Order: sequence, then structure tokens, then C-alpha cells
Amino acid sequence: MKCAYYPGCSLRGTGKAYEESLLAVFRSLGIEVQELDDWNCCGATTYLSVDELTSYALAARNLALAERERMDIIAPCAACYLVLNKTQHYIRDYPDIKTVVSRALATVGLEYHDRVRVRHPLDVFLNDVGLKAIAAKVVRPLKGLKVAPYYGCQIVRPYATFDDQRNPTSMDQLLEACGATVVPYPLKTRCCGGSQKGTLPEIGLHLIRYLIAEAQKNGADTIATVCPLCQFNLECFQKEAGSQRHPLSIPVLYFTQLMALALGAPAATIGLRRSLVPVEPLLAAKEIAYA
Amino acid sequence: MELKRTVKFEADRDPEFARWISHTVGGERIRHCLQCGLCSASCPLSLYMDYTPRRLMHLSREGFKEEVLSSSSIWLCTACYACMVACPKKINITHLMYALKERAIEERFYPKRFPIPVMAQQFCRMVRGSGRITESWLILRVFLRTAIWRLLSMSGLGWKLFRAGRMPARRDKIQRQHEIVAMLDSVAATRKELAL
Repeated sequence: MKCAYYPGCSLRGTGKAYEESLLAVFRSLGIEVQELDDWNCCGATTYLSVDELTSYALAARNLALAERERMDIIAPCAACYLVLNKTQHYIRDYPDIKTVVSRALATVGLEYHDRVRVRHPLDVFLNDVGLKAIAAKVVRPLKGLKVAPYYGCQIVRPYATFDDQRNPTSMDQLLEACGATVVPYPLKTRCCGGSQKGTLPEIGLHLIRYLIAEAQKNGADTIATVCPLCQFNLECFQKEAGSQRHPLSIPVLYFTQLMALALGAPAATIGLRRSLVPVEPLLAAKEIAYA
Repeated sequence: MELKRTVKFEADRDPEFARWISHTVGGERIRHCLQCGLCSASCPLSLYMDYTPRRLMHLSREGFKEEVLSSSSIWLCTACYACMVACPKKINITHLMYALKERAIEERFYPKRFPIPVMAQQFCRMVRGSGRITESWLILRVFLRTAIWRLLSMSGLGWKLFRAGRMPARRDKIQRQHEIVAMLDSVAATRKELAL
């Protein structure tokens, strides 16, 4: 079945490499997607803190648009994935919220009857495509590449449907199927601070520091992420978060970039050049051809 | 020397606030709180908070409105949901933090130029105007209103991101923007009508 692809705002900005590499993986694995027609911002965590009711209505517009096309939604951004899921839960659980949302949708000729599944690419790759099928399509095994899998908060918490809340392993399995070595990473679901780096910088840096240091200590060559904000936080502030005694420098990639690489997508199409910490030296050192 | 009473009196409580918190969405189970502290233990930010999540739960259900709404904790919460997953009584702590933020913004319980409410406000304005968020514009607007000097220190990073094609200068906008405006107005009208 065709799915509606819901990129979310970040994948059109700082997370551009996520979109490019995700679409490349979809192509390689033969997953048909169609961008959700005229999608709007889900409200993210920010709208929720000012005006919850409105934020549910905003998210519901996307759900209703997908329902009209009879499609499930694939949401790669962690915040979008959570907000869309949360909206579904709250519409089910609270009649008042349902009333507010349905009335708002009715003003623009939309309806929502809870017939849409909101899914994450991790879920789709692992459970629809399967590890065997992915391993069979690998043309450039990521041999010798040690990866720290970082899931962050909002993929598995609080509504984990496809993975464990405390110790998720879906990305570990996918990366191993691509030939990479996954290093132990106990902080895999610890928060990166979200937008704290912008609003309360010292505290944001504190959270970022431990996540990177832990990955380096455990011997990782790179950190794989599933969320545009996590990727941004971990990649862009390494210099500030490190110190002279403990410098931090490690490429931070989207898990889809690593998968696309293994599946043979040309490097130019998966946004490797968009990294601020260069990736090419690492790939060259591991003798992974990326051209 | 400024002397402050360190013990709270029952008379300081606001019973309306206590009623509100246990009737708000997500607050249904706050009375079940055992004060076990798993929320504070799992919270990655509790070490910076004036009241840890456990204390905040207790203070709010007892109605200590001033203390709760002027607490730094509600702004430090990043909504990572660690507490909610840890809570043995399945109290929707993260959601309560959202509710408290909303209330604190409503009643203006925050320092001037505090960036979090400013960002939230600008975010909402951008959604109403464009239907989508363009991160570069959002960041610019927030810093212009809170900490202009930080724009300078961020400009290096901004330039690097721009060169990597990660900071589009053009604002993204949906086609049927009028639908968003109509929906926002409808929510406001229904909220008034049902007094939510």
C-alpha cells in the first residue's frame, strides 16, 4: 500500500539530509510514498506548551488529509511522529478534544474517523521490509564502521508501538543488517535537550556534552540519529560542548544516510556534504567507497 | 539580610488551583501520586530544577500556585517523557508540565525577555501566517526579541548551515493557508462556547 510521506518543517531546513537520504532508501527498497498534499506544521512541542487544543486541531488536519487519501502516514521527524500519535490518543480519550477538533476540521470540509496509522520509517523498514530483505540489497556493507545508535526521546516514548521504551533496538538491527558494528550506548534514549540549546544554552550544552562523550568513550566512529533536532544539537555544538582536555569531534549522521550508503545510493544524493563535521575522511579510513 | 519564611502554611494554598490541576487534561491521576520519586530520578534536568518533578506534583495538587507557576522546573522540562514512562501510577507528568506552562504564560509568571514563551509566541504566529515553520526565520525572530547579542555569536554557525543548504532564506508556506486560519478561529470559538 502506498503511504503518505509527512516530512515536517525541519526536513525542509536543517534536516534536509534526512529527507534526501530517506527518499533514497525508499527508492532502494521499493517503498512507494507520496508526499501528503499541502501538509501543515504539526505544532511540535512548542505549540503544545502555549495552546494544547489548537495544537491538536493543527495535527488533526494532517491526519484528516491522509485519511481522505486512504493512506497511512510515515513521519520521520521525532516531534511530528509523537505529536500525530498523541493527537490520535487524545482525540480517542477526551470527548471535549474530539468535539473541538471535529468542529475545526468541519470548517474546512475535512473529517477524521481514526482510520490512519502514523508510522516511523524505523518501523516500516524493520517490520514491513524486514532485515533479510534489507541485508540482501546491501551492496556496500559498512564493514568496520562503529556506530552509536541514538534514538532520543520521542520515537519510543511515551507511545512505543514497535520497540521497547527503555532499550529500543530497531535501529541497532537495521544498522547491523547493513554491515555496521553497533557499539553499546546506554544513553540511547537520554534527552538531547531539544530546543534548550537555543533558549537556555548552558543547560542544553550540558546534555549534549554527555551524549557525545559517551559515544566517543565507547569507541564509536559516528552517531546515528532518527530526529532532525537531535542531529542538529549533537553535530553543531561539539566545539562548545568539548573542552581542551576533552575535545569532542564525531560525525553525526541520520540512520537513513548510513542505510542509503549501504544500499548503494550515490553519495551526492544523500546529503553527506551537508554535515558540518566532515564524513568523507571517516568513510575513506574505513575503505567504504562512497562516490 | 532578607529573611524569608521557609515553611509553607496551609493558608498559602489556593484551593482553586488544586482543583484545576486535578481536572485538567492529563491531571486525572495526580491524586494517586505516591511521592516515590522515580520521575525526579529519571528526569535528565531535575538537577537544575528548583522543585524536582516529584515535589512539583505534590505542590500543585496541594494548591501552592505561586511556588509552582514561578518555578524554573516547568520551563526546564523538554518533554522527553522519561518521567511518564517511569511513573508506577501512570500519571501524565509531561502533560501536566505542558498545562503548567500554558497557565504560567496566561498569568504572566515569567521573567521579562525570557526566551521560551517568546519562542512559543513567535512559533504560533508563524504557523498562523504560513502554516509551516521556517527554522531560520523563527530563530532570527526569537533572538531579535530576547538576546540580540547572541545573534552575533550564532552568525558563524548560521553561515555554515546556509552554505550546507540547511538554512533556506525563502519562507515555506502551504497553499491553503486560509484553512489554517479558519481552523484556529474555530478552535477559539468552540473553546469559548464550551468554556474549556
